[in-house]
Amino acid sequence: MSACLDITNLSAVLANGQRVLRSVSLSLQPGEVRALVGESGAGKTMIGKAVLGVLPSSVRIVEGNMSLEGEDLGRLQPRARRTLIGARTALIPQDPLTALNPSRRIGPQMTDRLVRILGWNGDKADKRVRQLLDEVQIRDPDRVLKSYPHELSGGMRQRVLIAAAFAAEPRLIVADEPTTALDVTVQKQILRLIADLQREHGTAILFVTHDLGVVAKISQKVSVLYAGKVVEEADTARLFEAPLHPYTRALMAATPRYTDPFASLKPVDETVLAGLAAEIAAADQTWRHLHG
Amino acid sequence: MAEPLFSVRGLKVALPDMTRKPLIGRAPLVEILKGLDFDLPRGSVTGIVGESGSGKSTLGRALVRLLEPSAGSISFEGRDIAHLPEAELRPLRRDLQMIFQDPMSSLNPRRTIASIIAAPLRQNGLGDNLKTRVAEALQRVGLPQSFAGRYRHQLSGGQRQRVGIARALALSPKFVLADEIVSGLDVSTQAQILTLLEKLAAEMGLTVAFISHDLSVIRRLCRQVIVMREGRIVEASATDALFENPKEAYTRDLLAAIPLPEIDADWLRPKAPA
Repeated sequence: MSACLDITNLSAVLANGQRVLRSVSLSLQPGEVRALVGESGAGKTMIGKAVLGVLPSSVRIVEGNMSLEGEDLGRLQPRARRTLIGARTALIPQDPLTALNPSRRIGPQMTDRLVRILGWNGDKADKRVRQLLDEVQIRDPDRVLKSYPHELSGGMRQRVLIAAAFAAEPRLIVADEPTTALDVTVQKQILRLIADLQREHGTAILFVTHDLGVVAKISQKVSVLYAGKVVEEADTARLFEAPLHPYTRALMAATPRYTDPFASLKPVDETVLAGLAAEIAAADQTWRHLHG
Repeated sequence: MAEPLFSVRGLKVALPDMTRKPLIGRAPLVEILKGLDFDLPRGSVTGIVGESGSGKSTLGRALVRLLEPSAGSISFEGRDIAHLPEAELRPLRRDLQMIFQDPMSSLNPRRTIASIIAAPLRQNGLGDNLKTRVAEALQRVGLPQSFAGRYRHQLSGGQRQRVGIARALALSPKFVLADEIVSGLDVSTQAQILTLLEKLAAEMGLTVAFISHDLSVIRRLCRQVIVMREGRIVEASATDALFENPKEAYTRDLLAAIPLPEIDADWLRPKAPA
């Protein structure tokens, strides 16, 4: 069985030649939840965008392969690639308010995708959307489908987007910080929903987050990123039991924990940062050597 | 026990609800704070925690009188400042300083860091030895002297927040309001800023109201905690007592919702029906 998503040696640069992704490799099995964790500038969102084919025009992929269920995306014509990505992937974005069109009701926004991309008829799409709203525990679908985005709370909007993401039965979902803007109690409900739907539908998820707490709860595997490079990759259980890379250990020590206030919130040590800088410089030197 | 710095009784704040404003005429008022009673003891950090809409930021803004309460009293060093007119507040302003979430928008883009830190000193008649005072302020927050001539866009998020702290502390205020000051920062930077604030608060004996949505951060930094929900105080107590023995169900729910960075296979399972 081929992997759901396979990324090998993906490198991307900005117009000025600066590398923003540094030979990233990762592989997701069907139904696996993989966390991409790192601080700002680590490239975690960039990887998600690369997979979905929506990188900003300022970023250029210069090396590497990506394949979805065994189909090499780089070998497809742009149109065929978009169709494949549209049919097999979906996005759960961070900010549900900007991801929804403010001037359209929720209903048509949710069914549109099914009608346009999958060619379903309106009735089938409507039925499917209602089924998914039920799965995300929205008990009054008629009201929600008739609402405009601003009429719903942040948690409700995120439920709508989760339902929309799962509606087309994608094989892979990119979830980009889907709970970062939410209050903790709502975050917990939303994480639980994503986990339940993921299990029932067998969807693989690339879960982008900056929060090691969320990583621990939602993922089976994790890639720790720094400056566009995967510094550590592990089963999530192993990572929390025995983090190997000094940066992973530093991130864990910096993350606040109310259960252990004085062993947490430790500033990252200068030697760790110096070590990372050296690691990145060495990787870049090898890369330049190979690519002239 | 020493007299508290702040003693707040029956505090209510009502603000115009712009979502219900008629085309012509005033927006109806909506009560954000619905009668709060609490004290802020001198020389310690008090955490104010709550989810969005709980009124925690409104409470902070009322304490430093960026807002005028609609009812109740705010006694600061024994004097009720709840309804003082701006002219009478002005001499108190130097003692009531604040640090905000987003230093990008609270630092003037066209002024150098030195001039940003110097402004409150000048306004308060401390214009002599400005250079030395600014140098001291930079040193206090761990920024190199070379930063004096820079502008805000040349600084990282953590460095900007250090400038925010330097400016707030330049006047040795009696009270500092810190509203979500690490929310936008990466964890490694967050740890640096919190350690800095912790150290300065202890060294200078500051009284701080530390507003945050993050109970883990509060536990580390604060001696007592006020938990808010929908404009009311749910629970207020010493930090250790609150975390070890939360009395209110809401506080327990908040704690249980925090995803700790450790493996817990049961965390996402729905609660068994009681």
